[in-house]
Amino acid sequence: MSAPTRAEVCVVACAEAWRGDGEILASPMGVIPRLGAELARHTFAPDLLLSDGEAFLMAGDTVEGWLPYRAVFGVVAAGTRHVMMGASQLDRYGNQNISAVGDWARPRSQLLGVRGAPGNTVNHPTSYWVPRHSPRVFVERVDIVCGVGYDRPGGRFHEIRVVVTNLAVLDFDTPDRAMRLRSVHPGVSVSDVVAATGFPLAVPDGVPETRLPTAAELALIRDRLDPDKRREREVP
Amino acid sequence: MAGKVMSLAGVVGELRSGMTIGIGGWGSRRKPMALVRAILRSDITDLTVVSYGGPDVGLLAAYGRIRRLVTGFVSLDSVPLEPHFRRARQEGALELTEVDEGMLYWGLLAAANRLPFLPIRAGLGSDVLRVNPSLRTIRSPYEDQEDLVAMPALKLDAALIHLNRADRYGNGQYLGPDPYFDDLFCQAATRRYLTCERLVDTKELLAGGPPQSLLVNRMMVDGVVETPRGAHFTSCVPDYDRDEAFQRAYAHAASDEEAWSRFRATYLDGDEAAYQAAIA
Repeated sequence: MSAPTRAEVCVVACAEAWRGDGEILASPMGVIPRLGAELARHTFAPDLLLSDGEAFLMAGDTVEGWLPYRAVFGVVAAGTRHVMMGASQLDRYGNQNISAVGDWARPRSQLLGVRGAPGNTVNHPTSYWVPRHSPRVFVERVDIVCGVGYDRPGGRFHEIRVVVTNLAVLDFDTPDRAMRLRSVHPGVSVSDVVAATGFPLAVPDGVPETRLPTAAELALIRDRLDPDKRREREVP
Repeated sequence: MAGKVMSLAGVVGELRSGMTIGIGGWGSRRKPMALVRAILRSDITDLTVVSYGGPDVGLLAAYGRIRRLVTGFVSLDSVPLEPHFRRARQEGALELTEVDEGMLYWGLLAAANRLPFLPIRAGLGSDVLRVNPSLRTIRSPYEDQEDLVAMPALKLDAALIHLNRADRYGNGQYLGPDPYFDDLFCQAATRRYLTCERLVDTKELLAGGPPQSLLVNRMMVDGVVETPRGAHFTSCVPDYDRDEAFQRAYAHAASDEEAWSRFRATYLDGDEAAYQAAIA
């Protein structure tokens, strides 16, 4: 089997976000987070629930439940969910923006809107996926706080688990909950990540490499979950 | 029982400029597009629109009919960003009340229950509170003393929804996998208008789907219009999927003035029959 690609390392890093979550709804947004959640369920997190992105809960190819949008909001409020969202901007305390860039009143670039980010982040674990790690995304301060970061009152259910990018895995395991470099993907240096981040990143001594996919995980990704290699289009 | 069958023009004739109008569906899914197109043909403007936004918002914004938009997002689903909404925001052409998606649900639920507000956790700590300075929090009167957002009721002057089937009395049925929030839009509104793919006899409703598919009943509806392909180009499963090619053409036409005026002339300047003929 050929060596793992960067995209495959990212799939496994996303899968790891859901390790230990048990019987909750995994809500991945993006191709690689979706593959990660599916990989986790096929391997070390078999109890995860996944939707088809519309109104059905799917156990593989089998419909196992009904989850229309209104019920998703019930799951959000109940806290039995771990979402991995995208981020147009993300800052050192994990504030996230998908609404608009610039001044909110008259944005330079209108994006989606806050969507469910405010509710997600104060109700249940939230992770982020950034397919192109750059200072445009990792900014000192986000323009509009959609997802709530650690320097704001997130309440008792607030938890930002990890940020997975095409370069690295980051978390907030620091005394002041500022973003920290947890691991770098094979072939990426610590200085690459620091240079691609628009704020001072907490960098511990001896940053490890992100773990490689096992042979079984690679076979699952390549043969079963993503034979069309959609992952390689998201992270070339 | 009184029949409530109307025409699109009849519904629009009951709407007024300045109204607060809720639009059902979700993003680019089962939107009452024929009614939206009928509004575009009228001179109704200065609207406050409450919507899980899709091309309904885009079209109304493109025609300058929205004064204020209440939403959590505007998206075409397969095309992530709505070009007309983007332009309207970037040009400062509409006011925005931007809330979390769950807050929008809660606001409709509060109005449906005739409550002034409902408490919700969503919004706390985020800029939703900064950009909506009129939003208040409320402290739990119980031991926990928890502070929550007091999401105000989203009371609507009118609701516009589209379902798969209905009878002429206003009993309506969805046959796809998701009801979205169409029942709540009706319950939050003073006047309620339902378009449907096909009008059927009441006794045919249960032949089409289970009792749970009867989303709205005649207490919740004031007018019914049969509009085959009335959700086009959004999806209306199982009757039809989203018209992805047409949606791409719509989004592309928004990129410059000439393309947009061609699009308008081809599809939107005539009546609904002309629209349906042009897309056939």
